[in-house]
Amino acid sequence: MSAIIDFCGPWWPWVRMLLFLVGTAAFAGLNAAYLVWCERKIAAFVQRRPGPMEVGPQGLLQPIADAAKLLAKQMLTPPAVDTILYRIAPVAMIIPALMCFVVLPYGDALMPTRIDLGLLVVFALSAFNVISLMLAGWSSNNKYAIISSARVVSQNVAYEIPMLLTIVTVILVTGTTDLGTIVGQQGGWFWNWNILRGIWTLANPLVPISFLIFFICMLAETNRAPFDLAEAESELVAGSFTEYSSMGFGLFFMAEYVNIVVGCSLATVIFLGGWQTGLGNLLSFLPDWAAAFVGLGAFFAKLYAMIFVVMWIRWTFPRTQFYGLLNLSWKVLIPVALFTLLLSSILVKLPNLF
Amino acid sequence: MGYFSEIYQGAKSLVIGMRISLDQFLKNFRGDYNTPYPHKTLPIPERYRGHIIFTNDEAGKSLCIACKSCERACPSACILVEGEKKEGEKKKSATLFELNYTTCSLCGACVEVCPTDALTFSKRYNLANTSKAVYAKIDLIKDLENRMQKK
Amino acid sequence: MLLLNKEEALARVAAHHVGGPNETFVLNLGPQHPATHGVLRVKLTMDGEYIRKAECVIGYIHRMHEKMGENRTCAQFLPNTSRLDYLSACQYTHAWTGVVERACKIEVPQRAEYIRVITSELNRIASHLVGWGAWVMDLGGLTPILYAFDDREKILDLMEGICGARLTYCYYRVGGVVNDIDDAFIQGAKAFVPYMRERLKMYKDFVTDNVILRKRLEGIGIIDQDMCLRYGACGPVIRGSGIANDTRKTEPYSAYKDFDFDIPVYNECDSMARYLVRMDEMEQSLRIIEQALAKLPEGPFINPKVPKLLKVPAGTYTYATEAGRGRFLVRMVADGSDKPYRVKLRTPCLSNLSLAEEVCEGMILPDAIAFLGSLDLVIPDIDR
Repeated sequence: MSAIIDFCGPWWPWVRMLLFLVGTAAFAGLNAAYLVWCERKIAAFVQRRPGPMEVGPQGLLQPIADAAKLLAKQMLTPPAVDTILYRIAPVAMIIPALMCFVVLPYGDALMPTRIDLGLLVVFALSAFNVISLMLAGWSSNNKYAIISSARVVSQNVAYEIPMLLTIVTVILVTGTTDLGTIVGQQGGWFWNWNILRGIWTLANPLVPISFLIFFICMLAETNRAPFDLAEAESELVAGSFTEYSSMGFGLFFMAEYVNIVVGCSLATVIFLGGWQTGLGNLLSFLPDWAAAFVGLGAFFAKLYAMIFVVMWIRWTFPRTQFYGLLNLSWKVLIPVALFTLLLSSILVKLPNLF
Repeated sequence: MGYFSEIYQGAKSLVIGMRISLDQFLKNFRGDYNTPYPHKTLPIPERYRGHIIFTNDEAGKSLCIACKSCERACPSACILVEGEKKEGEKKKSATLFELNYTTCSLCGACVEVCPTDALTFSKRYNLANTSKAVYAKIDLIKDLENRMQKK
Repeated sequence: MLLLNKEEALARVAAHHVGGPNETFVLNLGPQHPATHGVLRVKLTMDGEYIRKAECVIGYIHRMHEKMGENRTCAQFLPNTSRLDYLSACQYTHAWTGVVERACKIEVPQRAEYIRVITSELNRIASHLVGWGAWVMDLGGLTPILYAFDDREKILDLMEGICGARLTYCYYRVGGVVNDIDDAFIQGAKAFVPYMRERLKMYKDFVTDNVILRKRLEGIGIIDQDMCLRYGACGPVIRGSGIANDTRKTEPYSAYKDFDFDIPVYNECDSMARYLVRMDEMEQSLRIIEQALAKLPEGPFINPKVPKLLKVPAGTYTYATEAGRGRFLVRMVADGSDKPYRVKLRTPCLSNLSLAEEVCEGMILPDAIAFLGSLDLVIPDIDR
C-alpha cells in the first residue's frame, strides 16, 4: 500500500479521489442493479413464486437485460412539459444520492472524506430528493404526477422532524457528528453499539425505540412501502415519474435503491456499530489487512440484513392512508422522539449536577 | 391509556404479519415451488374442453353423417358442414367441416347434440399463431387425416 | 393593457375557476387505470386530493347480452350467462337454467341440485378470493392476491376436472348438469374444506387484523341502510349495512333449504364491514359444501326427459340466485316460440356501482379507491 503511495508522490490525493469515485460509482450502480434482482426474488419468495429464472442461472443476468432494455428505449418528451426541468429532475434525483457516499465510512480506511459534519452532510443531501421528485411531478404536466409530488413534499417534511430528533438524541450521547468517530466509539463487544450502549450506561435507555423511529422515518424518506404514497401504483399509476421513459425512469429507479443503501448504511453506522464486528478482542490475532476485510464484511452483513428487512416489509403490508401516515408522524413518532430527546438530555446532564 | 394500547395492538398485528410472510418466504427453500411453465406442464384433465375434433372408427374414418345438428345447435354459428352421399356407402359423410375457432365459446353444445358421437374435445390448449386466418378456418377433416397419418 | 378593478377581476376569476378558491380539475380514473380492474371510467372533479364530484361512465364493453338472449334459443344463450360476471359463472348459469326450468316445468333430479349447490359455493369462494386479493392489491398489499390465487387454483382444478373449463364453466344444463361429479372431485372438495379453513385463519392474521388495513377501511365509504334501499344495493354491500338480505335465505332456490348456514351481517356500514362479510361468507360456503358432500344423494345427474328443442310457454318468468356480488335475477318474457321475447338481466354490480357517485363525494382519492374496491366490481357485469 505504502509503495503505491510513494509511487504516486504528490499525486496521491488525486489518485485516491479517482479510486474512490470509481469505487463508489461502481458500488452504487451494482447495488441499484442487483437490489432490483433481490427485491424481485424476495417478492417472489414471499408470494410463493420462483421469481426471475430465465435470464442466466436463477435469473442473475436479469438486471443487465433490464438495463439494456431501458437504455435502448426512446427518451420521450411529452408535449407541454417544462422541458428543462423535466430533464433536470432525474439527474437531480440521482446525484445527491450518490454524493452521500462521500462521507459514509465503510471501514477504518475506506472513508472517502472525513469531515466533522459528516452526519449533517448526509441529511442535507438526502433531503434533496424531495425537490427532485417535486420537480419531476411539476414539470411533467400530468395530474397524477402533480398529486404525487404534493404528497411527497408533505410526507417528507413530516418525517424529517422525528428523524432529526432521534439523531439529535444519539448525538447527545456520542458528542460528535463525525461518522468515523461515531463508529470508532462503538468498538469492542456488541453491547458497545449505540443501539445497546445507551441502556446499560443509562445515557438513554430508550435507544432501541429511537432506532425503530429512525428506521420507520427512513422508510418514509425513501418512499418505500408501506409509505410509498408517492408512487402508489394502484392510485397514481406511477406517481411522479408517470411520464418518464427510458433511462429517465431508470435514474429514478436507481436513485430509489441508492437511497435505500444510503439510509441503511447510515443506520448501520449510527446504531449498529458500522464496521465493528462486535466480537471484542476475539479477532485481534488477525493481521491488519484481514481485520479490515472482516470489518467490511461485518458492515455489509448488517447493511444487507437491514435492506432485507426493508424489502420484507414492503411485500408484507398494504399501503398506509395519507392522513394515517401524517397521524403516525405527528401523533406517535414526534412525541416519542421528543420524549427520548428530553430523557436523554436529562440523563446526560444529571451527573454534572451533583 | 387507549393511545398506548392502540400502538401496542397495531405493532403486534404488524409483527404477526411479518412472521407469516417470513414463514411463507422460508417455505420456498423446501423445494415447494409452482410448476415452472413452460418447462414443465401439468397434466390435462380427461374432460378438458379444447376446440372440437373428429373422433374416428377403427378404420380411421370419421363418424360424421353431415346431419348439421351441430351447425344448428352452435350459439355462435361457428361451424360449417357440407356433406354428400358417396357411392357405395350407406350414410352421408362430410365433405367439408370447418370450425371458426375465433368465435367459438367452447360451450360443448355441438358435442352434446351429435347423434353419432363424431365430435369430441381436443386437449390442445397452447395454440398460437401470427395469423388469425389459421384459427378462423380449422378444417376438421384434414385434421383427422393428419392425425391418422402420424399414427 | 386591460385594467380591471377588484370586483371585475374576481368575477372573471370566478367565471373561469382559475386560481380561485374554487379551482378544481378533472381526473379520469380509467378507462385504463390499475385500480378499476377493467374498463370502468370514473370522472372525478377534484379539489386537490378531495373529490368534489364523481361520475361513473360505463358502457365501454357493452355486448348486448340481453338482445343476444332474444335472438337465440334457450340452450344457445346458456354460454353467454357465464360471461356476464365471469367470476360467478356458476350462479349466473344457474339463474338462466332455473328460469327455463321454471317456465317449461322441468324437474331437476335431487343429485343435480346438490351438485349445483356444491359447485356454486366453490365458485363463490373463488370469486371472493379474487375480489379480496384484487382489493388488497388496490390498497397496496401486493402479496395476498397471490395467496388467494393459489387457493383459487385448487378450486379451478376441481372444476376443470368435472367440466373441462376453468373460468366460464357452462356446467349446468336445463334439467341438470352436463357431467356427473366423479370420486376425484368429491375427495378433492372434501380435502379442500379443512385446507381452506386453515388458510382463512392465516388470512385473518395476515391481512384482516393488520392495523394498516384496518385504518384504511374502518369508517371509509359509509353506505347507510336508506341509501342501500334507494339504490337497490345487494350482496355483501347490503349485508355490510346491517340488512340480512340473501336470496339463498329469502327465496330459497335449488337445494339451499336443506342446509344449515348463517348470513353474515355487520352493522358498521363501512368498507371494513363489507370486507368482513366476504370473509365470513367464505366460511359459510365451506359449511354448505361440507353438508352437501355428506348428504349427496344418488340418482341421475340430468333429467333425461328434457326435449331437444325447448319451446317456452307464453308468460313472464323470473328466477333469482345469489351470486358472489349479490342478487342476480333473470326475467324472461316468452311468446311461445323457441326464443324468448324479452330477456332482462338484473345484475348486482350495476346497482352497487350506482351508489358510488353519492358516496365518493367529499372523499380523498385513496379512500375512494378503497371504497370502489369494497364494492368488488366486475365491469362486464355492469355493462353486460
